Amino acid sequence: MTQFALKTRLPGYLRTEQERIEKAARDYGLDFFPTVFEMASYDQMNELASFSGFPTRYPHWRFGMEYERLSKSSEYGLSRIYEMVINNNPSYAYLLEGNSLTDQRLVMGHVLGHVDFFKNNFAFRATDEEKEGQVIDAAPKGAGYSPTRRWVDRFANHGSRVSRHIARFGMDKVEGFIDHCLSLENLIDPWGPFRGRMALDPNGGLGGKDKEQQPVEVPRLAAKDYMDKFINPESYLEAQKKKLDEERTKKKGFPAEAERDVMRFMLAHAPLETWERDVLSVIRTEAYYFVPQMQTKIMNEGWASYWHSRLMTEKILTAAEIVDYADRNAGVLATQPGQLNPYKLGVELYRHVEQRWNKGQFGREWESCERLDDQRNWDMQLGLGREKVFQVRALYNDVTFIDEFLTPDFVASQKLYTFGYSGKSGSFEIESRQFKAIKEKLLFQLTNFGNPIISVVDANFQNRGELLLKHEHHGVDLQKDYASAALEALVRCWKRPCAVATRADKKPVLLRYDGSEHSEQPYKI
Amino acid sequence: MALKIGQDHARFRHIVRGRIRQNLRKFISKGELIGRKGKDLVSIPVPQIDIPRFKFSDQQSGGVAQGDGDVGDPLGQGQEGPGKGKAGQGEGDHMLEVEVTIDELAEILGEELELPAIQPKGESHINQKAHKFTGIRRVGPESLRHFKRTYREALKRQIISGTFDAARPVIVPTPHDKRFRSWNVTSEPVANAVIIYMMDVSGSMGDEQKDLVRIESFWLDAWLTRQYKGLESRFIIHDSVAREVDRDTFFKTRESGGTMISSAYKLCKSIIEADYPPSEWNIYPFHFSDGDNWSMDDTLQCVELMKQFLIPWSNMFAYGQVESPYGSGQFIKDLGEHFKGHDKVVMSEIPNKDAIVQSIKDFLGKGR
Repeated sequence: MTQFALKTRLPGYLRTEQERIEKAARDYGLDFFPTVFEMASYDQMNELASFSGFPTRYPHWRFGMEYERLSKSSEYGLSRIYEMVINNNPSYAYLLEGNSLTDQRLVMGHVLGHVDFFKNNFAFRATDEEKEGQVIDAAPKGAGYSPTRRWVDRFANHGSRVSRHIARFGMDKVEGFIDHCLSLENLIDPWGPFRGRMALDPNGGLGGKDKEQQPVEVPRLAAKDYMDKFINPESYLEAQKKKLDEERTKKKGFPAEAERDVMRFMLAHAPLETWERDVLSVIRTEAYYFVPQMQTKIMNEGWASYWHSRLMTEKILTAAEIVDYADRNAGVLATQPGQLNPYKLGVELYRHVEQRWNKGQFGREWESCERLDDQRNWDMQLGLGREKVFQVRALYNDVTFIDEFLTPDFVASQKLYTFGYSGKSGSFEIESRQFKAIKEKLLFQLTNFGNPIISVVDANFQNRGELLLKHEHHGVDLQKDYASAALEALVRCWKRPCAVATRADKKPVLLRYDGSEHSEQPYKI
Repeated sequence: MALKIGQDHARFRHIVRGRIRQNLRKFISKGELIGRKGKDLVSIPVPQIDIPRFKFSDQQSGGVAQGDGDVGDPLGQGQEGPGKGKAGQGEGDHMLEVEVTIDELAEILGEELELPAIQPKGESHINQKAHKFTGIRRVGPESLRHFKRTYREALKRQIISGTFDAARPVIVPTPHDKRFRSWNVTSEPVANAVIIYMMDVSGSMGDEQKDLVRIESFWLDAWLTRQYKGLESRFIIHDSVAREVDRDTFFKTRESGGTMISSAYKLCKSIIEADYPPSEWNIYPFHFSDGDNWSMDDTLQCVELMKQFLIPWSNMFAYGQVESPYGSGQFIKDLGEHFKGHDKVVMSEIPNKDAIVQSIKDFLGKGR
């Protein structure tokens, strides 16, 4: 068992419940890591939630801020945290002391759904520690799959590493640097792990430089030996070689290709001190740990909700508990104007998929059916639904899940809409109920977890060792004051002026910070 | 289990304190705090501290949600706004209320305005008795038995009497060995202080003027309370006659009529004579007025009173003059003539709320 876990034992009666619920879940085909439930009082729960579930993390004020917020809102009865679960092997989950038995059962069912998802969804493969730095294989694994995921220990180690730096260099200095690192936290490449681009080159480089060392080879036109001299004359080859050489020196910018993992780039190339490098790598490792959870928020919560409701209503609860359960469940799935509830959207979409595959509402024949009535009442009694949802939970993330399974029918029945700020009325209002608009907006929000896509394109910008980043503008501008502060963080690491090329008010601009002053000028890459 | 969050929480509070410090001027001139004052805590809204990252700007924001409603319908208020707080504000503007004790606030005030700590008057010390649970007695209730001391006594006795067996070190305490926790009485020197607020409530003092006085005296109170434990406050209002009132009345009354400042000074004198012997008390008279006195004669009488009694008795005599559309503002000039360079008399003009900070500095900056 993990060294840094809380080790607060579960009371006996809940242990029996756990066994019962786990058995029922296994019978349904769920396949989860061993799960350790721990009991936490409300203030422990608030503390754990402030640390995103981990018992020990590095010291930082923002956890304190989170704690202040959580403890205030729980004191005033505004919110309560029922459940928390950590993607770890074995998984750790916390139950709130003093909850009713019905609630505890519901939470256990929900947690097992999450743990099954952690184990089986491809995105979470990126958190397998033994595969770190290698190309992650996204294919589904067999039943015996038990990767090393000792993240609770790892986060605790991060804590002691950072504490050591603090002891040596002082709280203000280290914390100030952590603040800057956190400003860069969203500048990572979510697909890096699947392309084997996680490891840092031991020489401090990014690897893949070998190509440059090789001499240029001029492609020859195919010719018979005796004709070669005429078809590929020496002078022509020389000229070609010169041309290619020139081209290469011209193109040879650094980095050779745009690097989205800005933190990795900094680790490899920025003139950081040893402790700074260590702190930055801690922040980066933790940022990557949370990526799969951000990529699968809707799917993960949906899956857990789907299973807690099936387990509870079909297997676990007695008739007397159903009303309490339904009340709680309705609270979890409640929707509010202007807020998307991932639990609700997720669970409904799984059910929609299950139903479609049960009835055979898929494939070319169904899609090309022109009579709406027929299409709606299509039922081939295939019963493939269960198999399909299990497959979906393994192979999709939020973006692909929505992209593939969101249908106009679903959008209409779930009453989805897009909303935006209206300058005229001065409030947020419903903009559209059109399928296309909704899907577009939803996918836009989910892409890169709603963060702008920014990469390093030139580390020797203007031949002065400045760093140039490029924002891929897809219609929404960057917020300038935040961008300025993020540039300051970049300069703190890079120690030279940094700039980001983006668009503002439909015009290409360059936002630059030189260490003392911010500037903005028109600029085109 | 002890919470590990404590350190981070303290750290956050520290940062918030810095924020309060930066915004202190704003808080002071707003005067909101006084209305929000609880028993001895005030809630101060601080913006949630955001870690700045590259992110999309707000004006093009929006999203997807589900529920009833037609296109163009506004989204209901009352629920948590669409993740943004008030429309038109930045996303980082979730307000976070942080509770700060008034004591802490005064400390921040002191640090920010660089107010010197006040040196209490020479020998005017009163001894106050305090009980501290640091003592040990031979008698007492079992619940307060000091295990370690009892054990030590028993061990001592057994070694001396030779009944201690090192091979089988069993210690059996007798009733004589027992020691109990108890209190000690310590006397602490306490410097006593009284603030005597005087305010002109003649017809020319409007609500706006009184608000200035109210805000300023709140902060003066906060600072002096921090300096002196057990600070007393007395309130005098005057037009052509003066009378003593309680705090509430002091800030609420609106009288009319002429102004005889000397009446207030006379009353102040008699209060001091009756209750606060100047040899034992640190006395702070604060007088606020719009500077419009009835006659020059009366002004001269005031000067006389101050010279003979009030100033020698007080640590500092403070006069704050608020600006009023009716007042001539002559009084401060007259005082200036008589007391120019006098180190116990502090005068300050307070034309508007923004001037409060400077005025507090004028009054308290000398550290008397």
